[in-house]
Amino acid sequence: MRFSGLRVLKEGLTGNKGWRPHWRDPDPKPDYDIILIGGGGHGLSTAYYLARTYGLSRIAVLEKGYIGGGNVGRNTTIVRANYFLPGNAEFYSHSLKLWEGLEQELNYNVMLSQRGLINLFHSDGQRDAFARRGNAMINQGDDAILLDREGVRDHLPYLDFDNTRFPIYGGLYHPRGGTARHDAVAWGYARGADQRGVDIIQNCEVTGIDIAGGQVRGVQTTRGAIRADKVGIVVAGRSGQVAAMAGLRLPIESHVLQAFVTEGLKPIIDHVVSFGMGHFYISQSDKGGLVFGGDLDFYASYAARGNLPMVEHVMEAGMTLMPMIGKARVLRSWGGIMDMTPDGSPIIDRTGIDGLYIDCGWCYGGFKAVPASGDCFAHLIATDRPHPAAAGFRLDRFRTGRGLMDEEGTGAQHNLH
Amino acid sequence: MRITCPLCGERDRREFYYQGAAVLLERPAFDASDEAWDGYLHLRDNPAGKTRDLWYHEAGCGAWVVVTRDTVTHAVLDCVLASDVASGARP
Ligand SMILES: Cc1cc2nc3c(=O)[nH]c(=O)nc-3n(C[C@H](O)[C@H](O)[C@H](O)COP(=O)(O)OP(=O)(O)OC[C@H]3O[C@@H](n4cnc5c(N)ncnc54)[C@H](O)[C@@H]3O)c2cc1C
Ligand SMILES: [Zn+2]
Repeated sequence: MRFSGLRVLKEGLTGNKGWRPHWRDPDPKPDYDIILIGGGGHGLSTAYYLARTYGLSRIAVLEKGYIGGGNVGRNTTIVRANYFLPGNAEFYSHSLKLWEGLEQELNYNVMLSQRGLINLFHSDGQRDAFARRGNAMINQGDDAILLDREGVRDHLPYLDFDNTRFPIYGGLYHPRGGTARHDAVAWGYARGADQRGVDIIQNCEVTGIDIAGGQVRGVQTTRGAIRADKVGIVVAGRSGQVAAMAGLRLPIESHVLQAFVTEGLKPIIDHVVSFGMGHFYISQSDKGGLVFGGDLDFYASYAARGNLPMVEHVMEAGMTLMPMIGKARVLRSWGGIMDMTPDGSPIIDRTGIDGLYIDCGWCYGGFKAVPASGDCFAHLIATDRPHPAAAGFRLDRFRTGRGLMDEEGTGAQHNLH
Repeated sequence: MRITCPLCGERDRREFYYQGAAVLLERPAFDASDEAWDGYLHLRDNPAGKTRDLWYHEAGCGAWVVVTRDTVTHAVLDCVLASDVASGARP
């Protein structure tokens, strides 16, 4: 079933009775060539590219809950390519390019909106750091414009420019940054993978990983044992537990990150805006809700809900930056489980066990990575060699100290990235 | 979330700074292997359920404490001085 304007029109005139489920609901087969554990954004995009680029089809995605129930359906949907360090920069650049062609690629409306992202700065030191970051982005082939205070005012006249404690000096503007509809990204990749023969199996929790003679043989699940000689672990916040089933201990600590949405309002915030003093960032969804968030709660957690101190901090930061939002009513807040690494950068690598691969450590920036992570993880699983854009995402960089990518320069403490 | 400091009593979580898993008290010898340092600095058991982590009573008495918590329910189960754990006086 293809989507088109004509099709929407026809369905609209005939009571929308012609739509069909976007993917099948198959029972697990006894064996596959490749099993992906985790049906989040990264697991689904990996399955899609394995089928689409490498022509493989005996693939199963095993999801313990439902597609889109994890972080891929909980994030604040920001897409950008403004990373600074070699290793990260080329990867996120690759990802943004995939985003730009994704709707045509998937024949699915993921509502990519390149509305522009503005990261504000509030001191000379921050300006220098952003100028340098902007140069790195331009050198990578992406776009960045350093705005002074008046330049920011042209775009964001509603900010509090009179704040003496945190004066706005300017902002780094990344016009190609923006947002996308998070659920649609999961659904679009799920549909694309399913159409190419991938079995997407929901309500199927992996409970064990079978290994014999240093080679992976399959997995144990709540729906029985399933064999495969290649298994990819793509479970975000649950990476530590699933890797432990294979006897691995990962450089990951799981933390909770919260987000918030207000009632729907008329369009007021056209960009994605982040505050450089106190962690706060915001955009407005197409439905009109102000979607915003801040920092981790900072303690290890699997609760997928946070506590009040961070709620208070985020609200305070928001009110400091744009007092006009003070009367908007917050409808909901929620949390997701973030797989935090000691340098804040991800891992796409082999594990030391033949046939077992891992894609994890996305911290709280893995939504923008969904297309490139799938592309690169599929490349690794299919060819046993890292994709050039993700060659820096090695698991052993922590042990050797070679190739660490600490964007924020905060050192080996998981929650500080 | 409230934490009962052994010196100050029950306090708001905001008075404490979270450092990481209590494995940080087991610092390897200076000349220990790469693996030992990797285990200390980076690798984590990262349990869903009962865990022990190191906090600093920053806005209170300034003591480092080991907090036993549940990472799924956020219940705080126990809190002892890190110096007692490091010296072996407490498990
Ligand atoms: C509040 C919040 C805001 C965020 N904002 C942004 C943002 O603006 N921009 C950005 O780039 N990133 C953002 N992120 C980060 C981003 O959402 C994640 O990095 C990314 O979604 C993680 O990859 P995923 O989609 O594969 O994870 P998930 O969707 O969590 O997928 C993992 C899946 O694995 C499944 N699973 C776990 N264990 C098992 C098992 N044993 N067996 C079978 N299945 C299992 C889970 O049920 C889950 O569905 C945000 C995250 C949060 C929580
Ligand atoms: Zn105290």
